[in-house]
Amino acid sequence: MTRLVPVLALLALLPGAARAAPEPIKVGALLAVTGPAALLGAPEARTLEMRVQELNARGGVGGRTIQLVIKDTGGSPEKAVSFARQLIEEEKVFAIIGPSTSGESMAVKGIAEEGKTLLLSLAAAEAIVNPVLPHVFKVAPKDSLAVELIFQRMQRMGVTRLGLLSSNTGFGKGGKEQVEKLAPQYGLSLLVNEVYDKNATDLTAEVVKMKAAGVQALLNWSIEPAQSIVLKNARQIQLAVPLFQSHGFANVQYAKAAGSAAEGVIFPASRIVVADQLPAGNPQKPVVEAYRKAYEARYKEDVSTFGGHAWDAFGILVKAIEQVGPDRVKVRAAIEEMKGFVGTAGIFNFSPTDHNGLDIGAFELCTVRNGRFAPLGG
Amino acid sequence: MTLDLALQYLVAGLTYGAIYAVVAIGFNIVYSATGIINFAQGEFVMLGGMIAVQLSASMPLPVAVALAVVAAAAVGALVEVAFIRWLRKPTVLRMVVITIGVSILLREGALFLWGEGVRSLPYFTGDEVSSVAIGGARVSPQVFWVLGTVAVIVVLLEWFYRRTLLGWEMQACAANRDAAALCGVPVRGLVTLSFALAAAIGALAGAVVSPITYTSYAAGGPLAIKGFTVAILGGLGNSGGAVAAGLALGIVESFAVSVLPAAYKDVVTLTLLLAVLVVRPSGLFASGEAARLKEF
Repeated sequence: MTRLVPVLALLALLPGAARAAPEPIKVGALLAVTGPAALLGAPEARTLEMRVQELNARGGVGGRTIQLVIKDTGGSPEKAVSFARQLIEEEKVFAIIGPSTSGESMAVKGIAEEGKTLLLSLAAAEAIVNPVLPHVFKVAPKDSLAVELIFQRMQRMGVTRLGLLSSNTGFGKGGKEQVEKLAPQYGLSLLVNEVYDKNATDLTAEVVKMKAAGVQALLNWSIEPAQSIVLKNARQIQLAVPLFQSHGFANVQYAKAAGSAAEGVIFPASRIVVADQLPAGNPQKPVVEAYRKAYEARYKEDVSTFGGHAWDAFGILVKAIEQVGPDRVKVRAAIEEMKGFVGTAGIFNFSPTDHNGLDIGAFELCTVRNGRFAPLGG
Repeated sequence: MTLDLALQYLVAGLTYGAIYAVVAIGFNIVYSATGIINFAQGEFVMLGGMIAVQLSASMPLPVAVALAVVAAAAVGALVEVAFIRWLRKPTVLRMVVITIGVSILLREGALFLWGEGVRSLPYFTGDEVSSVAIGGARVSPQVFWVLGTVAVIVVLLEWFYRRTLLGWEMQACAANRDAAALCGVPVRGLVTLSFALAAAIGALAGAVVSPITYTSYAAGGPLAIKGFTVAILGGLGNSGGAVAAGLALGIVESFAVSVLPAAYKDVVTLTLLLAVLVVRPSGLFASGEAARLKEF
């Protein structure tokens, strides 16, 4: 041992050892990079990688770089649970961004709360933050807001008889519950209310049931490719009613997959998908345009709402760390008090009772015109 | 229920049934030659769709589909040569484990090559919204392409097994491998051929159903589960039986949706499967005597 002393003394003289580079802040991410929800998780992962690289190139936050640990959950709540434990107990991450889907978020929110680790979910279901858990936040707009926006439109169109399709996932279930709860307030009766498997390859029989019941509008609530299939099948059997989708449709890949069957479909979406068509004065325009340009230049693919959620979650986390330093307790409190954060999904105003921070203005009703998303207007 | 609606449910059932049947036939070919189930069959279906989509960007559709079938057949043969041929004792359990392993390998390979996105071929006739009237019901023209493909495959296979020497040898190889080898049948080559053929038929299925169902690196599994169910229902090794069982199952599922919540569709399928397995363990259309000669 004594022989080591000079060596240690020498080491202490080295500049690197004397002022060791501050340790990076570890941020975990639970994302459905592959699997049925890959159209959510993959752009989210790419967005996070892009932002972390940018931030570290600028010297990080408060002099410390960010180390990103992405775990691919494949969209499975079981995997999300075990990865969440791994991130919290073994990796001891500062915060977790994700999961991508509602089912996974519901499965891990208790674990994050127990481990006193900040969780910034990217999923839609209202139940993730209602009731409020101190460490659980979410940056995707609540599904009830999407339902209300759709119902307001239906009311104006004179629709009273509605048919609902939803997939057997957390997202589908969350939307279904909100639709069932809110329909009576808007004078809508649910004539058909069907759940299908997330791997469904054809939904003709389900849409025939809609036709048989004489619905005046069809609403589909899912995030899988089944959203494109339902559009094709409805057009093929010539179901001549307006077709509505949830905000899960807001990845232009789904519209491309449905081809001409997607024309005229109505769905709520955050403004990012119509970024280039926003008026100049819109406060979100600079943010969504910056994200769109950076992402599309780097990955050569269209931006989606979902990648935008990752952008927002990361931005909120970094802003809070900038404000109060990398202290878990203070950062949590800073996010809870954050007001007026301009993100891609809307303008966030968090409070101790609202861990989502978005209102109905977060959504814009959109449609598909000539294979591209466009604001519906009117 | 009005007649038009009943007809519409019926053709919806035909759509499901045609997809199930065309996937199920591939299971039967490997089973006929070797007596094992190839759990990588769904991945052959996926490969056919993905390769055809990839190629269709740079060449006419029929050429792309044909080349995809050839490419998948090559993959099928390669799988047999690399993983199965060298087995001294190809027991059922080993084959199950190996083919499941191969299915994971192919799936992950496809994820690496093509990413996680959803793709599809263009509709062979018309587009996403076109449909043909049958009485008061409407159906996508692609369904006729799938049904036509099923018919052509079944007729060709029937001819192959009954009229060609190679077909007879393949059946001999399945009935008793050692006896066939003693009679001079090139057993190993035939098993390779059966994998290539199964992959080719799977790939053709994958290409024709992709406009309806879409395809992605993970599409093989769910399609294979239904195809496997139908292959068992119809009697393993019996392609005509698979078609009949597939169409019957599709129609039952479709009408089940008309009276039950759609969420119970798979409950209906599995109940039917269990019932058939209890009453006729070798499937609806298979001969029980032939089945007893098999290991599995």
